[in-house]
Amino acid sequence: MTDIAVPTPPGMLAAAWLVARKDLAIEFRTRTAFLSALVFALLGVTIFYFAWDATAVAAADLAPGVLWVIFTFAGLLGLQRSFGSELADRAVDGLLGAPISRESIYLGKAFANLVFVAGILFVTIPAVVLFYNLPMGSGIAALAGIAALAAVGLVAVGTLFSAMAVNTRMAELLLPMLSLPFFVPVVMAAAQSSARLMAGRPVAEAMPWLRILVAFDIVFVTACTLAFPFTLDE
Amino acid sequence: MQAEGLVRTFGGRRAVDGVSFTLHAGDCLALFGPNGAGKTTLLRMLAGLLAPGQGSVRVNGVPVKEGAAARAQVGLVSHASMLYSVLTARENVEFAARLYGLPDPRDAAMRALELMRVEDRADAPARTLSRGLQQRVSIARAMVHSPSLLLCDEPYTGLDDAGSAALTDALTERREGGAALLLVTHNLTEGLALATQAAIMRRGRFVRHEARELLDVRAYQAQYRELAAVHD
Amino acid sequence: MTSGQPSVAPPLPSQRDPLVGVALLGIAAIYVRALAFTPIEARQGAAQKIMYIHATSAFIALYVAFVLMALTSALYLWLKDEKLDRVAESSAEVGLCFTTVVLATGPIWGKTIWGAWWTWDARLTATLFLWFIILAYLLLRGAVEERGRRARYSAVLGILASFLVPFIHLSVYLFRTLHPMPILLKPSAPSLPNEMLVTFLLSFAAFTLLFIALLRSRYRLATLRDWVADREAERA
Repeated sequence: MTDIAVPTPPGMLAAAWLVARKDLAIEFRTRTAFLSALVFALLGVTIFYFAWDATAVAAADLAPGVLWVIFTFAGLLGLQRSFGSELADRAVDGLLGAPISRESIYLGKAFANLVFVAGILFVTIPAVVLFYNLPMGSGIAALAGIAALAAVGLVAVGTLFSAMAVNTRMAELLLPMLSLPFFVPVVMAAAQSSARLMAGRPVAEAMPWLRILVAFDIVFVTACTLAFPFTLDE
Repeated sequence: MQAEGLVRTFGGRRAVDGVSFTLHAGDCLALFGPNGAGKTTLLRMLAGLLAPGQGSVRVNGVPVKEGAAARAQVGLVSHASMLYSVLTARENVEFAARLYGLPDPRDAAMRALELMRVEDRADAPARTLSRGLQQRVSIARAMVHSPSLLLCDEPYTGLDDAGSAALTDALTERREGGAALLLVTHNLTEGLALATQAAIMRRGRFVRHEARELLDVRAYQAQYRELAAVHD
Repeated sequence: MTSGQPSVAPPLPSQRDPLVGVALLGIAAIYVRALAFTPIEARQGAAQKIMYIHATSAFIALYVAFVLMALTSALYLWLKDEKLDRVAESSAEVGLCFTTVVLATGPIWGKTIWGAWWTWDARLTATLFLWFIILAYLLLRGAVEERGRRARYSAVLGILASFLVPFIHLSVYLFRTLHPMPILLKPSAPSLPNEMLVTFLLSFAAFTLLFIALLRSRYRLATLRDWVADREAERA
């Protein structure tokens, strides 16, 4: 035999990290998906500004709503490409044939998507602050925190549905159709809590919404991780 | 590797209908058969990609269905390249090496590419490689972790003479090193050259299965052509 | 995978399933009673009578159809019995019909009572989302051709949807209580005069019967469709 050193297959988190790294390497190599989503987000933020009567509604009041709508649709753009590279040349068989758990494939992909969405938010939030003249201060930090929680929920559900949709005829339509009902509690909770926090209201008012957000994240990350193996053809 | 009573149904149709056989270290089974006979389905079950409806597959005694550990012993070369088109040849093979937990993935990847004589294109993105070169990278990928069971689904497709020679050398080396091979091919000559056993599959079953030494090549060829023609 | 399919065709309904007829007749009877024999509600007037359809449909859609769909989805992933998948499919379709009825009758009542076709009333909104979810479920089924995969995907969606519904309800209720809404007249007060209560119960029974009847017909259709597909695959 050629090899003497005994290979030890990676554990669940290590394998997930390998998959995530690979996905991010692919994304970084081409960048087209990320840049498209970014441009979409920025254009969207701009268009929303002009779609409203600035005299009737203060830009600062409009901002959170705009942010979450853009966040949702830019997120969907990112999620669409999630499993495309796996199906193209059946690279997914390479993953399935390897000694890693199916759940780690899901976690790796979800994490890569999370980084993608975080990247978009990283640019979009400052853009919203800038264009809508939001007061700088602790409100922004709160906004970023809420965005992180919302992103986790979005990505958890979206990655799972992306795995299913990619196998169907109408992938681009199916992914939004399946995901958007699930995004509703996330977006509602994020919008309500961020609006309150940014208007300087006491944290206690935003708490119920934050609790919903955290509960959603916990429930759906778990549920989707467990459900993922059922989306594979085995 | 031990396969017992494998059955797999799709819709109403039995793609694999009761297949059992054993491969020991150093065995090479050449599997022939017309299109639609169920060879690919069988291979996917052996690789752990598809769960059998009935029956079991064991590698070194460990069932493949449950065990991630069993999959670590298996390598698969299939029709599709299983490569990420944007990543380079080296990156693709290295990723596989890491997935299998090899202690020195970069090194192992390079050695696998050298084995298939593709090392000079190691840093080319997979999509820039010709079909034949992609096939070689794909084979390198399947062998990087020195599997004790190597499953090849028509691996000679698309390979030029140099590539075919490299593949045959690599397979021979593996076999002599103690691996078991299963080679699905339409090319009787190439298949029989490496084989220690030969089988013909049709409609989900092995209609012939015997040791290589017992075969008269010409008679075999004639019967195979007949079997294949009847089905098509 | 499932063991051998029956080689004999499942029973074909030669005429319409009698149960459907009975159920429809029952509903018609209830309505005669509702319109002619039940007193008119004091505050809302005749429009309240639509509640006999609206409220019962809503109840059945959510607590019967959806729960059945979610349960059979979970059971399918565990037991892998195709019959469970067919029940889930049938339940979803019939449930969609009932939900549509709720969404159609709600605004009619709303326009009469509140003067507005639509409000973001908590229940109406939650029902709207339920409608979207069931629609997404059916669209997913339409998009996947291979039967085993379709069943698995639908089952996953069914289970996830059952986790989603509590979140939707919670969010929508929370949303509503923090924003003042137009004054709502509760359609069913805790204490109803006897005749109305009886009519409600009878209506509920009739609609449940209709649901079961439709479910059975739809299930039979699904079984037949799958059987035909199997025969065709064998011949191929």
